[in-house]
Amino acid sequence: MYALRDKYAIAGIGWTDFSKKSGRTVRSLASEACINAIADAGLKPADIDGFVSFNFNDSVPAISVATEIGVPAARYANDFLSGGNAANMIVLTAAAVIEAGLAETVLCYRAMNGRSGFRLGGGRDLAAYNITQFTAPFGWITYPQAMAMWCRRHMIEYGTNAEQLGEIAVTFRKNAEKNERAMQRDPISMDDYMNSRMIVEPFRMLDICLETDGACAVLVTSAERARDMKRKPVYISGGAYGGGPNQGEDLFDALRWPDHSHNYAKYIADDLWRSAGMGPKDIDIAQIYDCFTYSIIMQLEGLGFCKEGEGGPFVQGGRIAPGGELPLNTAGGLLSEGYIHGLNHVIEAVQQLRGEAGARQVSDVETCLTTAGAMTCGSAMVLRN
Amino acid sequence: MTYAKPLPVVDAETRPFWDACRDGKLKIQSCRNCGHKRFPPTFYCPKCNSPEHDWIESKGHGRVFSWIVVRHPVPRDVYAADVPYVVALIELDEGVRIASNIVGIEPEKVTANMPVRVIFKSVTPEITLPIFEPA
Repeated sequence: MYALRDKYAIAGIGWTDFSKKSGRTVRSLASEACINAIADAGLKPADIDGFVSFNFNDSVPAISVATEIGVPAARYANDFLSGGNAANMIVLTAAAVIEAGLAETVLCYRAMNGRSGFRLGGGRDLAAYNITQFTAPFGWITYPQAMAMWCRRHMIEYGTNAEQLGEIAVTFRKNAEKNERAMQRDPISMDDYMNSRMIVEPFRMLDICLETDGACAVLVTSAERARDMKRKPVYISGGAYGGGPNQGEDLFDALRWPDHSHNYAKYIADDLWRSAGMGPKDIDIAQIYDCFTYSIIMQLEGLGFCKEGEGGPFVQGGRIAPGGELPLNTAGGLLSEGYIHGLNHVIEAVQQLRGEAGARQVSDVETCLTTAGAMTCGSAMVLRN
Repeated sequence: MTYAKPLPVVDAETRPFWDACRDGKLKIQSCRNCGHKRFPPTFYCPKCNSPEHDWIESKGHGRVFSWIVVRHPVPRDVYAADVPYVVALIELDEGVRIASNIVGIEPEKVTANMPVRVIFKSVTPEITLPIFEPA
């Protein structure tokens, strides 16, 4: 269990434009986000001595970013080969690295040309190696196709329906209207959602997250040092990473997953809440990994915000909108802000906890949950100001 | 015309499965040590870590555990002529799950727990795919 409650903090955040076509190298995007995070903290590149990143063979090694931005002595650099499940785990890793004395001031980043370069949501190599020899030959190839299967199982088990998924899409789009970073800011109605093109039943176009070129970076250091820096520290109160049995080597290994109406969240919930010394009722707002609308529902249930099977009704009636009981994805989420593989959720959490979210600021935010991942494996954090 | 869809890259662990499909048999692994039945194939039994196993023949009957209807083809050129098509997770009577297509029924009529049975579709001289139809 994460045993460093409030001992480490996020002292700086940075990001690039989120676009469909950056026209730039992934390395330069990573560097821009890192430079911005360093400046936000009031530091210089020479103050940075560690890097943690994750990629899908679609990015650049952390050490090459250190080189580009002129960090004279990186003492730690780690690149996880991972999907979005790592987007909170890298921040927890930064805290662990500092606790171990391997570095003092660590940048966590994710950079990708996710639309103009390697598209995660697209088809894969048509030669079906390893586990995919039991999936791809049947035309089960993409992430939306993989996760639609889970969503259907939740519908079978609990009666979850399109109106509930639609409420998530519409609510997050409304949040994005107030976010200058967001890629999709045009309002949508429930009718627009229902009429959006069916991609892979039960998913419509508006159930599926965006594809984005861009980068985000988060600077982690000790709470003590963070208090002497430029910005109000955001403390890492708790965190957890993992999943249940049969996490698999690959998305499609989920053939072996015992119950497709639940995901990783239920398996890490206990560690998460105990590490933070908090529970769902202590959370003011949350930024939940929304690669798909339904991902929200499984995570709300798994983390104990509602009972199993009640995630669908939970998201209805304005509960997850600003002013509701649990405002979610206040920047618009991966569905409407952009898809920097989940790290953009941490940026928004920090902005909300600092009180600098502008038109979309939720009042009196003291705690924010962030999550990353949607299937067999994921990570989550409790942040506070 | 060459077959454009993804083909299994058969490996040492999976060859018995694909060889059996070519013979019109659906086979899964059964641990010789603890009896645990497993699919997809692995070298070690996840229950007892024994590498010793038998390939046993499934009766080829099961039920629909979950399913999707693919309407947007990816890659477009490969699947344009096939949409809409159904991919399902099927729970075989032997207790393991397998992913496959369901054919012989309109996609709109597929339901949860619907009984299905295996049929075999030869797509290349080496590869025969196990697909399912309503039982």
